[in-house]
Amino acid sequence: MTKADLVERVYLKTGFSKKESAQIVEMVFDLMKSTLEKGEKIKLAGFGNFVVKNKATRKGRNPQTGDEIEICSRKILTFKPSQVLKSVINAQG
Amino acid sequence: MTKSELIEKLSYSNNLLGKKESELVVNTLLDGIRNALVEGQRVEIRGFGSFTVRTRDAREARNPKSGEVVQIAAKKTAFFKTGKELRERVDNGNG
Repeated sequence: MTKADLVERVYLKTGFSKKESAQIVEMVFDLMKSTLEKGEKIKLAGFGNFVVKNKATRKGRNPQTGDEIEICSRKILTFKPSQVLKSVINAQG
Repeated sequence: MTKSELIEKLSYSNNLLGKKESELVVNTLLDGIRNALVEGQRVEIRGFGSFTVRTRDAREARNPKSGEVVQIAAKKTAFFKTGKELRERVDNGNG
């Protein structure tokens, strides 16, 4: 499933034109992206939570050469599926 | 941000959308992703990320209270891989 399929679903459900539906879907993901960019988490009841986490600097190794390298601190995004999402995924055999 | 705040922001930023329509849009999107995952399909949203179903193997674990060994069956879970654009924006963002 891609964004185009999601646009199609919105189009069928809402009665907006395909063009409008595409713009609206884009807008939803843009809103989510700018929220996460600010470091703010998103909690979607029944679906899951998107949380930005800080990763500290750590030492790593280049697996090919064995050289020790420093892995810089960075921010990453994590997704934790809700209990509801996990159970519907497991319900179907 | 919660789902209702997302719905509110969406209707704020598009004059086609009242609160009712925004709610319908957000629920349609989440239902769509959820249904695809239930069917075992992968969902890819360019610039945002992709959702896939991953299987966790069966394992043995212990009840921390009694120390008893319990068998945990294999189960499926939703996995999200952040897309390139979003990964970079999150890392460079001022959060």
